[in-house]
Amino acid sequence: MTTEQQTIVKNGLWTNNVALVQLLGLCPLLAVTSSLINGLGLGIATLITLVLSNTFVSIIRHWTRPEVRIPIFVLIIASIVTAIELAMNAWFHELFLILGIFIPLIVTNCSIIARAEAFASRNNILDSALDGFMMGMGFLLVLVLLGGLREAIGQGTLFANAHLMFGSAAEGLEFTLIQDYPGFLLAILPPGAFIGLGLLIAVKNSIEKHKSKKVVLVSAPVKPAEAPAQ
Amino acid sequence: MLFRKASSPFISAQASVHSIMYQVLYALIPGTLAAIYFFGWGILINLLIAAIICLLSEAFVLKLRNRPIKASLTDGSALITACLLALALPPLAPWWLTAIASIFAIVIAKQLYGGLGFNVFNPAMVGYIVVMISFPREMTFWVAPLGAVDHWLSFSDTFSIIFSGALPDQSSIDSVTMATPMDTLKTQIALENDIESTRHHKVYGALFNNFGGKGWQWINLLFLLSGLWMIKQKIIDWRIPVSFLLTLLFIANFFAVSDYASYPSALFHLFSGGTMLCAFFIATDPISASTTPKGRWIYGMGIAVLVYCIRTWGGYPDGIAFAIVLMNITVPLLDYYTQPKTYGKSEVE
Repeated sequence: MTTEQQTIVKNGLWTNNVALVQLLGLCPLLAVTSSLINGLGLGIATLITLVLSNTFVSIIRHWTRPEVRIPIFVLIIASIVTAIELAMNAWFHELFLILGIFIPLIVTNCSIIARAEAFASRNNILDSALDGFMMGMGFLLVLVLLGGLREAIGQGTLFANAHLMFGSAAEGLEFTLIQDYPGFLLAILPPGAFIGLGLLIAVKNSIEKHKSKKVVLVSAPVKPAEAPAQ
Repeated sequence: MLFRKASSPFISAQASVHSIMYQVLYALIPGTLAAIYFFGWGILINLLIAAIICLLSEAFVLKLRNRPIKASLTDGSALITACLLALALPPLAPWWLTAIASIFAIVIAKQLYGGLGFNVFNPAMVGYIVVMISFPREMTFWVAPLGAVDHWLSFSDTFSIIFSGALPDQSSIDSVTMATPMDTLKTQIALENDIESTRHHKVYGALFNNFGGKGWQWINLLFLLSGLWMIKQKIIDWRIPVSFLLTLLFIANFFAVSDYASYPSALFHLFSGGTMLCAFFIATDPISASTTPKGRWIYGMGIAVLVYCIRTWGGYPDGIAFAIVLMNITVPLLDYYTQPKTYGKSEVE
């Protein structure tokens, strides 16, 4: 893996995370993460859309005239999302019903057109696909984390309704964290999503702050030596 | 900290946060004692839990934020939040419910917004709303007021109900709790029973006194008196309570006159639930309330309209917390558009 590709991976998962740093696609992020499986379902759908749209945009990048590039990107993204919507309707029908309007709304997820415009339209196919995958992965991880947290705090379970996604074999996957948990409705209601996302962002920022402090400590002795050169 | 008695431009006597907060606390004492008298030890236990958790969580966040701990802890603001919470929560609420409400009030609603002086929303009301929408069942653990039932929960019974959920022998949660007068009236009106027959009903009738709910009317009356004392001491501005109470009186009277059987009288609205507590202690919060004279009139009226709507047509028995928080949102806008004219300046074009 080249250093460039390593940067792409790091950008997607951490430095430029769609949900925690760019704060894009908040509408589905906040609306569907009431449980881990819902988050995972929407995360995977968004991930596939991102990989495919980035790949196609990158393939046709030499023939797309700049004047009409945005409508073309939208057409590509809309076709991909329609295909995914039909596929989910066919194979994951119950999950499709739960996620509802948020599957077709992937079209309007700003992060997808942002990646097409900012990355895929000026990079080669392999890098674009990798970028789409990593950006989608970063989004998916936040969706799963937020969904898991809200489900655990809200109803005391994890992987509830896993059979909707993995078939009836996965029904045993659901486990209860606390017996007779009274349930904390707020976590499942919309305010819980906002508070949860806010706390996740705070955690990420504090980790970065902690890291940068370490860097300063390490580089501190070097500074006086550099000063005269300036 | 950000602390304005009113907006500019006038010189006002400097009052410290500390002295104001403690005078508010003193003013809360008579009503709180009455609440303990009518609803039992539960209120006192809740008050202790809320006070301890509020102070602890305040100290914890202040330490995280590297702020001076002692000055903020001793200014009394966390204690007021705890006191308002204890008065709003049901007396038999389990201890963790009071703890969650206190933590949300102090950590999320107060400290995460920047601490005292920067909180957009009234902390106690945010804490109350969190538990109200999260634990609807536990929020019904009100007891019948003194005089409405024969038996009386002892201190140890109350203590064990709150901390372990263990009920005294031969009783269920339904036998020790009872709906509040407001909730009862709402249910009965929904069942199309008129108010007069509910007030003289053989079970529910015990909940009502001559003009308010039993017990509630005395608690409200005491809060009204301490509120008047606070206005005299110039701790709170008279505009918010007056506009709130007058608007509520007007609306309630309008509906009660139009249909006496299904809308409770204005007096019932004024002396039941948390009306007086809201008028003098919650709506007048110097931080989250409007600070301009005109803004305060509008603020009080808005709360009254919302409270009446939620009480009468909403899904909750009392709507004070929701009304306060909804009007808190409008405060920046109210303050912006109701700035008093500076002396000597013509109208801004």
